[in-house]
Amino acid sequence: MSDINRSLTEIVGEHYVSNQPEELYFYARDPGLMPPHKPDYVVVPKTVEEIQKIVRLANQNKIPIVPMGAGMALTGLVIPLRGGIVIDMKRMNKIIEVNEKARYVIVEGGTSHGLLKSYLDKNYPRLRHSIPDSPATATIAANVMIHGQGRLTQQYGFNSDMVAGLEVVLPSGDICKIGSCSLSPDWFSKGAPLPDLSGLFLGWFGATGIITKVALKLYPRKRMRDVEIFVTDRGNLVPDIIYELTHTEMVEDINIFTQPLPMIFKDNHHITIFMTGDTDEELEFKKKLIFGALDRFIKGKDGGFMSVGLAMKQTLLEMPQRSVSRFADVKKGGGFEYSGPILLVERYLGCTRKLVELASKYDLAYSAMARIIGRGHCMMFGFSFTFNRADPDMMDRVRKALQEVSDYALVVGGVFWKPTIEEQRMAIEKMDPNTWNLMKMIKKNLDPDGIMNPGNWEVA
Amino acid sequence: MNDRMLKGVRGNMTTLKFDEDLCKTCPTGACLVKCQYIDVGKDEAKEEMLKIIKGEDSIVLDDCVTCYACEEYCKRGNHPFYLITQRREDKGILTAPRAITRQWINIGEPRGKYKLGEMKEKALSFGFMAQFLELVKGRLFEDVMPSYFFGQEYFCNVVYIHFANTSIIKERLPMVIDNIKKLGVKEVVFMHDECYAAFTSLAPAFGMEVPFKSVHYFEYLYNRLQELRDEIRPVGVKVAYQRPCSSRLCPDTHHYVEDIMKLIGVDLVDRTYQGENALCCGSIFRMMYGYELAHDVQRRNIDDMVAHGAEYCVFNCHGCQDALATEIAKRGIKPIHIVDLCRMAIGEEPETEGE
Repeated sequence: MSDINRSLTEIVGEHYVSNQPEELYFYARDPGLMPPHKPDYVVVPKTVEEIQKIVRLANQNKIPIVPMGAGMALTGLVIPLRGGIVIDMKRMNKIIEVNEKARYVIVEGGTSHGLLKSYLDKNYPRLRHSIPDSPATATIAANVMIHGQGRLTQQYGFNSDMVAGLEVVLPSGDICKIGSCSLSPDWFSKGAPLPDLSGLFLGWFGATGIITKVALKLYPRKRMRDVEIFVTDRGNLVPDIIYELTHTEMVEDINIFTQPLPMIFKDNHHITIFMTGDTDEELEFKKKLIFGALDRFIKGKDGGFMSVGLAMKQTLLEMPQRSVSRFADVKKGGGFEYSGPILLVERYLGCTRKLVELASKYDLAYSAMARIIGRGHCMMFGFSFTFNRADPDMMDRVRKALQEVSDYALVVGGVFWKPTIEEQRMAIEKMDPNTWNLMKMIKKNLDPDGIMNPGNWEVA
Repeated sequence: MNDRMLKGVRGNMTTLKFDEDLCKTCPTGACLVKCQYIDVGKDEAKEEMLKIIKGEDSIVLDDCVTCYACEEYCKRGNHPFYLITQRREDKGILTAPRAITRQWINIGEPRGKYKLGEMKEKALSFGFMAQFLELVKGRLFEDVMPSYFFGQEYFCNVVYIHFANTSIIKERLPMVIDNIKKLGVKEVVFMHDECYAAFTSLAPAFGMEVPFKSVHYFEYLYNRLQELRDEIRPVGVKVAYQRPCSSRLCPDTHHYVEDIMKLIGVDLVDRTYQGENALCCGSIFRMMYGYELAHDVQRRNIDDMVAHGAEYCVFNCHGCQDALATEIAKRGIKPIHIVDLCRMAIGEEPETEGE
């Protein structure tokens, strides 16, 4: 047994460390298209103190560390590009505190969205959080780390905007509290009225520290949810439709999708509008305002509310929505990857045209899915392709298509969301040099030996 | 599956048989006078119909909400609604938003995904709605099942009259007739009014020959219940019946509702919005016109059911049931398909009862 393996075993116990090929195989890859790279060790710690010890050990030996949630990002963010230690956070899944009146929860860094949802459903039925449509095992810390989005994103912004405090293990091994919790027992704000230091960690993919606790804002959970789909054949009208919908302030979430199959979805753009209410009257009131807001499009014959049958409604109202996973198997072989740049809603039509063009050029099955972020402040536009993992040629075509998406996204003013290493390189190349200098300064100061998820946010 | 079956019969245009003299000599103008959505008197009604006949502009072409009821109101055997539809299409007047029309046309496109049971000379037709397979269970259907067919290749396409699009019907319906003929069936029991009306009303109106016998499933149910008469135990509930738009295209079948209810010991409440005065479920209105009209007819309709003490609302059409089931359930009325109600009467427990 090597010294490192022995030291890791002493820290977490023999059952929670491995350098066996079967484990290294799995931790070398994510479900996306990025090439795998094996770590040297995998550890599954249970406490913050264990994480501190692992980080200090890595520091002493200049060994890379990759913190990992459920590994669902699809863009290779937890693939250990330079080997080292993968720290799997899943055992740190305690829900530490719910402050019902102040509407926040504090969870450990490996807690999944599914666990929190089920806990709130059972114990705090009047509270909810912004659950993303990734599988329920996706962790809250990783999701806010990548600036994920969820059901409440149209109302409250990125899921990371809903963070109310962090506890982070720095590359030095020290614990640092971010936000109100740094001087108060209460975790109500990640920054204001203090300097907001959460930006030193959120969006860095673990390259500046490991999130061991997250406080997340919770929101009123209404008793009822409903969904309507507004369809239009004019993609150029989508931004206007979104503008009217967001103006009502009656909507929970807005997703847009367009895809060629099944036939019911062919040729049209579908704006899925979710709404909530505590009573039938409240829900009906909101529905009336929402319909009213789009009346001019209906009268102009430019769009209408399609009939949504019970089965479709149930599918759409699922949280998270499993239909996304079904799309992943359209070509059989369970492959699915998307590029989801964040950009203005007014770029919607251009993005759909580009997607259709690329799908045709590379002969791929596609789906466009966009989620409105804030009151139309921007959107995540998902250029999604499905592929068969047993078909290397198809996978290669998807890679090429996504490469073109990356080029396109930058041209139209988009910013990559959870970027691959290559997209990070492209972003660095395009961004204001002083911004990049500031990022380098932060990284160098926090992680002088570059052991934290190396390869990310650095120039190769 | 050959190309003809998938692509349909192209260029087989047919002409609506419409006797304008019947309108010119009409003593009542009932087609429009009785309309619940357009307010005109007898003289104006006649005047507007004559404008439509001549291909001129008419308020009717703008304001008709496609409830189909004028097909029933006209007792002289003309087809006012088919004419309105034809004229709207000629003039490019859209009833629904383009995207909705396109969606429905896409849904009906043959894709080679039809399904056939064990075909006999007598068969059930489900249009393209697979959910009928869940409905046609038990002894009521044992003498015909599993002889059935469904899929876009056998879908009547009549729904497109809502969308002022007879071209697509003229294009696809001959193909559908041909496809059914090729199944070798002599008698088809249609589980949906619209399909039944396609072959008994619309096809003849456009001069299409139908080489098989069409039976409405109400008639089939009634006859079958007669055969099972000894096993019927009166259900003993008060029901409201939700009449679908497509029933207006085959009004001669409507009496079976009352006949069947009597046979199974159900009290059909005597409410305002029934028979000729029935209200649309609102589903199509919602898609085509948005909130107000759909909400108004649904509210009045459900209020009427409640006011007349209905315990169940009996549906004939899945579309109506989808549109109204949740709302009526909230008001304490159980939604049920008429087939399920009949199954209850012979002691069977329908899976979908009360959903």
